[in-house]
Amino acid sequence: MKKFVKMLVSSALVAAMAFGVCACNGGSTPTTAAPAPTDAPATEAPATEAPKTDGLIKVGIINNDPNESGYRTANDRDMKATFTAENGYEASFFYSLKNEEQIAAAQKFIQDEVDYLLISAAGTSGWDGVLEQAQKAGIKVILFDRTIDADESLYEASIVSDMAKEGQQAVEWLASQGLSEYKIIHIQGVMGSSAQIGRSGALDDKVKAESNWSIVKQQTAEWSEETAQQIVQAVIDSGEKFNVIYAENDNMAKGAAAALDKANISHGVGKDVIIIGFDCNTWALEELLAGNWNYDGQCNPFQASYIDDIIKNGVKTKVVIMEEKGFDAKTITADDVKNYGI
Amino acid sequence: MTSNVPTFKPRLTGKEVAEKIFRNQLFFPIAALFLLVIFNLITDPGFFKVTLEPNSAGNLVLSGNLITMIDYASELVILAIGMTLVTSASGGQDISVGATIAIAGSTVLRIVKTQSPNISNGKFAGMIIASFLLCVLVSALFGAFNGALVAFFKIQPMVATLILFTAGRSIAAWINNNDNISINDKRFSYFGNFIPGIAVPTPVFITILCLIVIAIVLKVTNLRLYSQAVGINASSSRLNGINPKMIKLLTFVILGVCVAVCGFIKVSRTSSITYSVIANNIEMDAILAVALGGNNLGGGKFNLTSSVIGAYVIQFLTTTLYKFKEIDSSSISAYKAAVVILLIIISSPFVRKFFEDRKNRREAAKAEALAGKESA
Repeated sequence: MKKFVKMLVSSALVAAMAFGVCACNGGSTPTTAAPAPTDAPATEAPATEAPKTDGLIKVGIINNDPNESGYRTANDRDMKATFTAENGYEASFFYSLKNEEQIAAAQKFIQDEVDYLLISAAGTSGWDGVLEQAQKAGIKVILFDRTIDADESLYEASIVSDMAKEGQQAVEWLASQGLSEYKIIHIQGVMGSSAQIGRSGALDDKVKAESNWSIVKQQTAEWSEETAQQIVQAVIDSGEKFNVIYAENDNMAKGAAAALDKANISHGVGKDVIIIGFDCNTWALEELLAGNWNYDGQCNPFQASYIDDIIKNGVKTKVVIMEEKGFDAKTITADDVKNYGI
Repeated sequence: MTSNVPTFKPRLTGKEVAEKIFRNQLFFPIAALFLLVIFNLITDPGFFKVTLEPNSAGNLVLSGNLITMIDYASELVILAIGMTLVTSASGGQDISVGATIAIAGSTVLRIVKTQSPNISNGKFAGMIIASFLLCVLVSALFGAFNGALVAFFKIQPMVATLILFTAGRSIAAWINNNDNISINDKRFSYFGNFIPGIAVPTPVFITILCLIVIAIVLKVTNLRLYSQAVGINASSSRLNGINPKMIKLLTFVILGVCVAVCGFIKVSRTSSITYSVIANNIEMDAILAVALGGNNLGGGKFNLTSSVIGAYVIQFLTTTLYKFKEIDSSSISAYKAAVVILLIIISSPFVRKFFEDRKNRREAAKAEALAGKESA
């Protein structure tokens, strides 16, 4: 009897586990977010050229988790605002920071016979197979924000930020300030991330090229304001002089500014230390507007309009590099803060 | 007979005193601290210079490496208190503290961001107290969640807290709708920096307050005895009328309160939060502080003072590493790891025993030689 009960319990456990696995899979199936028109005409025939459902263009959007960063949140909001039924889209969203989950979702979208597959890939590799499937099914693929290592013929277009250009713009702006000497504290993001590589590269090149540019301290704060604060604090305590803080995102710039405030070192327009940040958070642009910081470089999260343009008006270039601004505290306006703040 | 006489000597010899010091649990963390001090003095004689200078608000404040070190160690010290208690009672560690700090900080900002910067001081104080109490409540609840898993469901602490370790930062982001928040009110930054007119960083006062509170609690209640008893043998302590489940739960709740205080200081330092990296890896530093303090990570007896000193050692190490320009930014954690490995190995029971054995053997040899002489 006891044995029987044991067996019953264990088989129940196994069943529960199996259910759990299924539930996990279920959890990662794409969810339809847009008010989907019910009873879409059954498209039995294999998708040929862009089958329409009620005249709506079906798009499957695979993105990274919006909780990843403020950038991603803004990106996701932009996507949701653009791909609506009013604009002629039926959009399904899938979020994951894991490449394999994203690929599985892409396969699901292909089965669902979407017209367009929009992908911001978590990783750069492993996508060839699923992109070929998409191509066979006549589904067009547009990459946004991140590129992948796959043959260019497998996707229609990719819309990306050029991080190196962002850094370049900021460094050019800094050079235009005409300081007699540049003593820079360089606070880096997570080492190896594309934003870090691009934004560091421009500054490193300039420092190597110019004799009056020097790095007082170069260290990663891994996007964390508190670490940035400690790094700057360490420089202040060591008594070394500096006049520029080049932080690779706004939060680290904020931490650096907090350390300066603590030590009575003035910063901002016409002050002792120039502060440079990136990403254009609304509050960061407000700091610029108040003259507490000097420059903020944009990392444009608004790819939706570019994608919309490609879908409706066709592909013009394979790789679209988004226009990105850099804001100078001297010229920024309240409208800029409203329009470009994320 | 005669050989027994020396042991009745009323005063200890220098050697015995040295041995007593060496055996003391406090010896090791203090020695490590001392080594770091020497190292810094050699590389930079001005390392401990403390100056009194006006800050941007025009108030005189203390500054210098030493102040920075003590200031930034605050969160770690406060966490080390809770972590020591949890370690003692449950025989395991809470690895979710970094993530719950994110939750606590996010909770505070959720309240504070709704207020405009021009509200009166009285209203501001009310709001701060309200937000702090809420954040204590939230953190204590999350602590209780961890504690319940450990105490009632008998899950290993590291596995139980793995849940919040994984989910905590997402919860923190969710609390504020993942907004990238920045508080404009200068008064909010007082708690992580300086209160106008006071030259010592506020977190130092908060830390001292926490230490006093926990000292009083340990003095007037049986918490120390009970948690040690539970940690050493839960079932025998139950037979002696202690409820091990409640004690374990209680230590996790206390850690939750410590986490709330840390979260509050953290967000006040920069008036902003980055959910994914705030207090990153602080759980490891906190556990390390407990270990460096010579406490048994398997539970039981504990020494809070040595954990606290351990926390200062770790922050001292971090501050020292930040100071070096030559250290490549990507390798800073490797340097830290190397030093930590060294410290842990030296303080490990194995190494201690090795030295003790060697000493005993030497003494035995000496005694033998002496005996040989006498008989000759």
